[in-house]
Amino acid sequence: MKIEDIKKEFPIFNNKVHNNDLVYLDSANSSQKPLVVIDRIYDFYTKEFSNVGRSVHYLAVAATNLYENTRTSVQKYINAKDKNEIVFTKGATEAINLVASTFGQKYLKEGDEVLLTELEHHSNYVPWHYLRKSKGIKIKFAEVNEDGEVTLESIKKKITDKTKIIAITHLSNVTGAILPVKEIVELAHSKNIPVLIDGCQSAPHLKLDMQELDCDFYAISCHKMYGPTGLGILYAKKKWLEELPPYQGGGGMIGEVKKEGITYGDLPNKFEAGTMATAQVIAFNESIKFLNKIGIDNIVKHENELINYGQELLRKNNSVKLIGNPKNRGAVLSFTIDGIHPHDIATILDEDGVAIRAGHHCCQILHEKLDLVATARASLGVYNTKEDLDQLNSSINKCKKIFE
Amino acid sequence: MNLKELYQEIILDHGKNPRNLRKTDNFNKDAKGHNPLCGDKVHIYLKLNENKKVEDISFEGQGCAISMASASIMTSLVKGKEEKEVKEIINDFLEMIKEKESLNTKLLEEDEKIKLMCLSGVKQYPMRVKCATLSWHTLISAIDKSQNEINIESKEF
Ligand SMILES: Cc1ncc(COP(=O)(O)O)c(C=O)c1O
Repeated sequence: MKIEDIKKEFPIFNNKVHNNDLVYLDSANSSQKPLVVIDRIYDFYTKEFSNVGRSVHYLAVAATNLYENTRTSVQKYINAKDKNEIVFTKGATEAINLVASTFGQKYLKEGDEVLLTELEHHSNYVPWHYLRKSKGIKIKFAEVNEDGEVTLESIKKKITDKTKIIAITHLSNVTGAILPVKEIVELAHSKNIPVLIDGCQSAPHLKLDMQELDCDFYAISCHKMYGPTGLGILYAKKKWLEELPPYQGGGGMIGEVKKEGITYGDLPNKFEAGTMATAQVIAFNESIKFLNKIGIDNIVKHENELINYGQELLRKNNSVKLIGNPKNRGAVLSFTIDGIHPHDIATILDEDGVAIRAGHHCCQILHEKLDLVATARASLGVYNTKEDLDQLNSSINKCKKIFE
Repeated sequence: MNLKELYQEIILDHGKNPRNLRKTDNFNKDAKGHNPLCGDKVHIYLKLNENKKVEDISFEGQGCAISMASASIMTSLVKGKEEKEVKEIINDFLEMIKEKESLNTKLLEEDEKIKLMCLSGVKQYPMRVKCATLSWHTLISAIDKSQNEINIESKEF
């Protein structure tokens, strides 16, 4: 598929916003969906719907196969060793909660330390905070540097004999910094510390290889990956899924249930209690096919060009200040404009059909560190073009005029 | 309603040069407001005299043009009013922002009402309504002193 043709695959771009073409620069929040994914949901409900894994009738068997096909596709896409290392969740948030809760229950006690970074999204902090409350663990934060990066060095500094798990983002949703995750995993493993990676922002944009990365846990948000909402993925090494206790209890996750006791099901069912987001899982297979059709190398190349172009454009624009200057930047450009609050920027840009996000982007720790209440953020997806960034820039100029 | 109507001269003026952006000496009531969605913060200081009249009111805070302008206009309008009257004005404003076409209170002059009506543009931007109402909810809590910190997310707006 040619990069220029990608926008055509997304029906949302046929609509006007305030009579303007939509310039969607909020993909870090959630990406738009290609028609193949939308159609898949419709087709599943109209022609093939049944619950999975329960009944033996024709539709149930077919739906179960489709559901499991996505698991295999995901396994291949992220190069996991085993398909049962893929657990479906309701989002990355639930994936991280699953690990924090079950790992915390089994392995953490008072005084143990969990190492996070100052870049973390609230969903990779709050679940650990619960353990601070319930178990008296300590939470440490590796520091972000002036360029908005977290380096291997700053992680190293915060590791102690008490560190029991390291949980870090792969790509910051504010500064765009790509963390040296492979090196961090190596360092952690040399000290026998497992690593969870929040891959929400990296999964749609970078090549993923779980076997090479060797992390213990990796959380993915499908709605940011051109897939449906209500779906996330937890990748976890098999040994962890075997060792950890189940997260939620209910149907589908059990082995044998007796009045005296219960045994749990095999992997990955043990972690997929209740009726899952069946249609979303099945439709997500189309997202993976879509990404494969373009090819991750082409995506990386296209988005890198856009990031460089966007960075330069905004750097040249007086009074626009880019947040962070990471050497290795992902598809995120956060900025402020002297004298104009990010919320006003976002409302004014919206009038031109330019969709960005303003606020703290669920990263209050980072904003406090940067001494900012809020930032404006333009984030990219495969469908974006240089023209989109030009429009961003000229709408920013309009905004500056209004506030002159 | 278009953007021009939301970002009118009056709002831009109050947003850029907020009136009463300071801390009242010897204030006897105060409250903090916070909008966790966007990080906007406001701290209202109120000095009521023995007749429960607003002798001085001021605010400190950070926020967008809409929230700063709203706090600026609000503090300008309630100075000299009695506590009861302040509440009537607040309620009238909040109802207007929510659903009513106009302001009904007899306590404000026409030109004062025009300033407040400038803020009614936020009705078109539901996510921004909280920006306009944060300081008003915070003033209620300063007067009632029911809660120290009001968190606008848990309010209706
Ligand atoms: C870095 C990061 N982590 C976690 C999340 C939460 O993901 P989800 O919406 O799938 O729960 C997000 C998305 O908002 C994110 O950007």
